[in-house]
Amino acid sequence: MNYLKHIGKYFIMLRQVFKKPQKWSVFRELLFREIDDLGLKSMGIIMFISFFVGGVVAIQTALNVDSPFIPKYLIGFATKRGIILEFAPTFMSIILAGKVGSYITSSMGTMRVTEQIDALEVMGINSLNYLVLPKILAALFFYPILILLSMFMGIIGGYYAGLLTDLFYSEDYIYGIQLDFDPYYIKYALTKAVVFAFVITTIPAYHGFYVKGGSLEVGRASTKAVVWTSIVIILLNYFLTQMLLG
Amino acid sequence: MIEVKDLYKEFNGSTVLKGISTTFEKGKTNMIIGQSGSGKTVFLKCLLGLHIPEKGIISFDGRIQSELGIKERRQLRQDMGMVFQGGALFDSLTIEENILFPLKMFTDKSKSEMLDRVNAVLNRVKLENVNNKFPAELSGGMQKRVAIARAIVMNPKYLFCDEPNSGLDPRTATVIDNLIQEITDEYQIITIINSHDMNSVMEIGEKIIFLKNGINAWEGTNEEIFETENEAVVEFVYSSNLFKKVREAYLSKTK
Repeated sequence: MNYLKHIGKYFIMLRQVFKKPQKWSVFRELLFREIDDLGLKSMGIIMFISFFVGGVVAIQTALNVDSPFIPKYLIGFATKRGIILEFAPTFMSIILAGKVGSYITSSMGTMRVTEQIDALEVMGINSLNYLVLPKILAALFFYPILILLSMFMGIIGGYYAGLLTDLFYSEDYIYGIQLDFDPYYIKYALTKAVVFAFVITTIPAYHGFYVKGGSLEVGRASTKAVVWTSIVIILLNYFLTQMLLG
Repeated sequence: MIEVKDLYKEFNGSTVLKGISTTFEKGKTNMIIGQSGSGKTVFLKCLLGLHIPEKGIISFDGRIQSELGIKERRQLRQDMGMVFQGGALFDSLTIEENILFPLKMFTDKSKSEMLDRVNAVLNRVKLENVNNKFPAELSGGMQKRVAIARAIVMNPKYLFCDEPNSGLDPRTATVIDNLIQEITDEYQIITIINSHDMNSVMEIGEKIIFLKNGINAWEGTNEEIFETENEAVVEFVYSSNLFKKVREAYLSKTK
């Protein structure tokens, strides 16, 4: 029953979020700030993780297909498929749920407990629209770019793993990543990225906005937000995969 | 004038405000006092429109809060300034950006006009060279002054303060009290202060409202509070030996 209450409250929150901004010039400023905070500042970690995970995927595949009957170019092929279809859109989103989600919940929760949200309301500002809408739009715009970057870095990581370990030849790897390339998979991955971007911003915003108490509750809300965002991403991933690839 | 008639507010079946009626006049500093849990904050939040009362009327110069449409309500809120207990300054913005904020949101003034206004209110609260600092870089007293500057930057008609002196040393608290009273006189606004600080009450309380268990148990001026025989008020206000002695001295002097 309590879960239903939260789900209802979440959708009521969204109704307040999707209202016309009170002043476009202020909104534009906030949007650029959020693109910087939520997007640009995540590029480093995304590139780092993707590069090394791409390398690990290539090494693991190479070690597991060590048979003279399996062509080596399948290592590049499998790495590409794994990264484009699952690793970049889904697991990067879970990493972003941890990094960005906890940032959103803790910053909004702190604003709540220090009465900064009340201050906005007293001024006659729709605080949900002012605080959450720029975050959602920034994420919807920038996360697909981050996911594309993650795909690129993952595949590059696999290439360098081959070069450094001599487990496969770079020519085979390059042939493998070009083999049977279907642009629909990129579209599929970006569709997931957009859906997950919405989840990564709105669920933590909900937990931060409605937090009650002090700093301890803000910490708890951040943890809860990351857990619930990850659960929702995993569930949606299943349904989206079934819908888009099934 | 702000008029409150028969105000009731409930939370989860428990009635916090039980039929409060009072008036607040222009150019006066009004203090709301009472024990923790007496309904002071809920009352203030009802006046601010942050809580919707179950019953009763709140009228701001004839504008009845519950009958206002979204636009009129927003206009009413722009006529209000609020100083929160902790200041509630936006910690990601500089002092200048904090005070600019309402101007940017609600006016079409040029950047230079807005900056002139920011500097004018900062001068009014006697703060200099703080424009580019962040709230965390200022002392508690300075943060309160910035909060007052932000509250008056839109020339409000009504100024609300929630415990403006909490966490301040007695000297800084007096500075803040005097500043609020001067601003009330100068701008001829209605100021309503929620306070536990009896020094403030005695110093600047032109009208004092004592709430007890959600009821308006006593009303009077800062002189009448010395003479009142209301047991609840006497017990609350003169709970410390110092204030008991002050009262005795006042009464022996006037008799």
